[in-house]
Amino acid sequence: MAEFINFYLIPGVLLGSIYALGAIGITLTFGILRFANFAHGDIMTLGVYFTWSLVQFTDLHPLVVMPVAMVLTVLCSLLIDRAFYKPLRNAPVIMLVIASFGLMLMVRSVIQFFWGVQLKSVLPGIQMPMTFLDFFRISPKHIMIIVCALALMAAVHYLLTYTKIGKAMRAMADSPELARLTGIDTEKVVMATWVVGGALACAAGVFLAVDTQVETMMGFKLLLPVFAAAILGGVGRPYGAMVGGLVIGIAEEMSSYHWIGDGPLLNPGYKQGVAFVIMIAMLLWRPSGLFKGKVF
Amino acid sequence: MSVLELNSVVGGYGDTQILHGVSLRVDPGEIVVIIGPNGAGKSTAMKAVFGLLRLTGGQVLLDGTDITNTPPEQVVRKGVCYVPQTSNIFPSLTVQENLEMGAYVRDDDFTPRMREIYELFPPLAEKRRQTAGTLSGGQRQMVAMGKAMMLEPKILLLDEPSAGLSPKFRGEIFSIVKTINATGTPILMVEQNAKQALNIASRGYVLVDGKNVFEGTGRELIDDPEVAEMFLGGGKAAAPNGGKNG
Amino acid sequence: MLDQYYGYGLYAVSLLTMGGIYAILTLGLNVQWGFTGLFNAGIAGFFGIGAYVTALLTTAPSARHIGGWEVPYVLAFAAAMVVSGIIAYAVGKVCLRLRSDYLAIATIGIAENFRLILKNETWATNGPRGVSDIPKPFESLPEPWNHISFLLMVLAIVFVIYLLLEVARKSPWGRVMTAIRENETSAKAAGKNVETYRMEGFVIGCMIMALAGAMMAHYLKFVDPNATDPLLATFIVWVMLIVGGSANNKGAILGAFLMWAVWSASEILTSRLPDELAIRTAYIRIFLIGLALQFFLQRYPQGILPETRPSADKAANPSAS
Repeated sequence: MAEFINFYLIPGVLLGSIYALGAIGITLTFGILRFANFAHGDIMTLGVYFTWSLVQFTDLHPLVVMPVAMVLTVLCSLLIDRAFYKPLRNAPVIMLVIASFGLMLMVRSVIQFFWGVQLKSVLPGIQMPMTFLDFFRISPKHIMIIVCALALMAAVHYLLTYTKIGKAMRAMADSPELARLTGIDTEKVVMATWVVGGALACAAGVFLAVDTQVETMMGFKLLLPVFAAAILGGVGRPYGAMVGGLVIGIAEEMSSYHWIGDGPLLNPGYKQGVAFVIMIAMLLWRPSGLFKGKVF
Repeated sequence: MSVLELNSVVGGYGDTQILHGVSLRVDPGEIVVIIGPNGAGKSTAMKAVFGLLRLTGGQVLLDGTDITNTPPEQVVRKGVCYVPQTSNIFPSLTVQENLEMGAYVRDDDFTPRMREIYELFPPLAEKRRQTAGTLSGGQRQMVAMGKAMMLEPKILLLDEPSAGLSPKFRGEIFSIVKTINATGTPILMVEQNAKQALNIASRGYVLVDGKNVFEGTGRELIDDPEVAEMFLGGGKAAAPNGGKNG
Repeated sequence: MLDQYYGYGLYAVSLLTMGGIYAILTLGLNVQWGFTGLFNAGIAGFFGIGAYVTALLTTAPSARHIGGWEVPYVLAFAAAMVVSGIIAYAVGKVCLRLRSDYLAIATIGIAENFRLILKNETWATNGPRGVSDIPKPFESLPEPWNHISFLLMVLAIVFVIYLLLEVARKSPWGRVMTAIRENETSAKAAGKNVETYRMEGFVIGCMIMALAGAMMAHYLKFVDPNATDPLLATFIVWVMLIVGGSANNKGAILGAFLMWAVWSASEILTSRLPDELAIRTAYIRIFLIGLALQFFLQRYPQGILPETRPSADKAANPSAS
């Protein structure tokens, strides 16, 4: 039991929180801007590398400098929107998807150019896990990540539920046409979407980097599970994305547990496939997701 | 001066022209109804007021000011509120939040106004924290109208408010429309349920194939034998030609 | 002196060969995007399927991977296309009725997971080490005729596919495809089974992509999981099609040769730089290709050679799509 919780469930929650944060941004972009943003993964990577540089420069803990990195990431997101997405705002949606596909590689190449492709670390050294109640074993950095992730999700909840712009975002995700008819400032909502999405993407990336390491493909590797989480939760449903992320993270970690017999249920080399299978299953069975999002 | 005037408006979508010179007006305090067969351009005429399609001819005047082809987000700020036929509420927002969104362009305190809306629509008051998408059809229409009313508009445009509602609710909606009008807001309404609509209307216009065909007071149109034959059989509009999308 | 020209000549042959392989890929994508309006982000996957199937079939027996039956080339090519077609059918059954975004996500997922399989199932594919010693058509001929013959084979295939696709485009089948792409609702109202046509477009496109993969495998005599790299096998093909002209088969071919020439030439230029810098400039080249794509998407979404309609349609619809 202890093994199950400490080596499978908790890592699952950790991974799930990371997926959740990435998925919120994706689902908002999907719901409000109406397209699948393939560049989101590499925006996460960008946030990580900003953080890395800040850590090098200030010698502070990555989570301390993260807010600054978030600001930088958001600025980049807004710039990208202005230069590459806004001109296509009224074009068929597929053009935006193609553009984002191109941006995915452009952002990655910029990162690789400036920072190189060697593995790096934002939090060097191995942390010894702490033991609680003689039962739970979890390292301090994991506790920090989970706490921060929950704090961010709470902040998003507050924004969406109690602020005017947050409600306008939910309204626009429901129906951009009606939002326009109602007089809602749609460009402002779009900007807010990039701000929230960019900040959360940075956080998701940094948490993953703190847990593992820094490398240029890390965001792209998160992209598929994050899309899967958004679809699972229901496209355009931020709370759905949170749930979806946790489900997928936990499922992924659980897939290598020895449910039957001695060996892992699924060859750990195929962990990435778990998210994919869940996504396909959702698309087949209930494309609107768990929380009845959009199907288009 | 009329609150709203359409003078010989011409326009449509892309290459298809739908309106071929439609004229109508709404005077202060009136309920004006547009009826006609499917494909007549009734909803299109309304959308033209709101800047949702490109007019290539004619004028739209609001209180005498030309607002032809003004984009929707600006038309709303000038005091015209539009309730579309479908997708007229934000389903994942609560009733209260829907009303708040309705007041989006207002900078002032709109709590008194919200209270008024709740008085106008008592069922909404009890369900204010309920997600709008879970309400019944009739209640949703109330939310849609209440939302539009939050801005205290100069004129309210309603596109087939009774569409898809059971007969019981239809009656309720029309009495709500009357009540709203009684508070001083003129209303322009497109309706398929011609008879019930004309019953509460000050005046009405009949459009066929994007052109004006008949015009008169509500009573006049109900009593007119030609109109009655074409449109008032059993409260349903019988299309003289095959129905096309309206 | 003559040696130098010989060198240039060989370089030109290899440029044209790779350009030709990419032309096949781009033509396949054009069937899916230009004809049918489908966004396939997993080109790399189907490319890889074609490459691996033909590799495993035509190589000599080996303990490191399955297959090795030394199958004749033509059969191997056919098999590659058939396998790809079957997998495309399965993928299509699941994803085609959903919006293009979902197809994009699903296809990229397919490609990525296919790569996982290639890496993990080492008993079948020899994992990351790949399949080597793949036989190459005409390799027994003396230099330079072996290279030239291979090139001619590739160009012949490009030409044949081009002809077949042009015939298809102007045929009633092609017109239905155009109608579906432009206005699905009226096509449905006219009684056309949209799903079947879409599936046909998707499957045919994937089969052509597999053929390109097969060509690549034989050309390089080697294939490994990196053959399904999203950059070189998916993204660049999209750029080729958008720049060259979507919905235009000539445009597809033009885009392929043009972009490949640009890519290749920029590689030569930057390889003159010292090693340190040379690696980094690879990233600049990718960035610039991406920028070119954005430029075309915003300014010339039709590409260099815009779509041309069969003349009967032109009379009825003078405006291009």
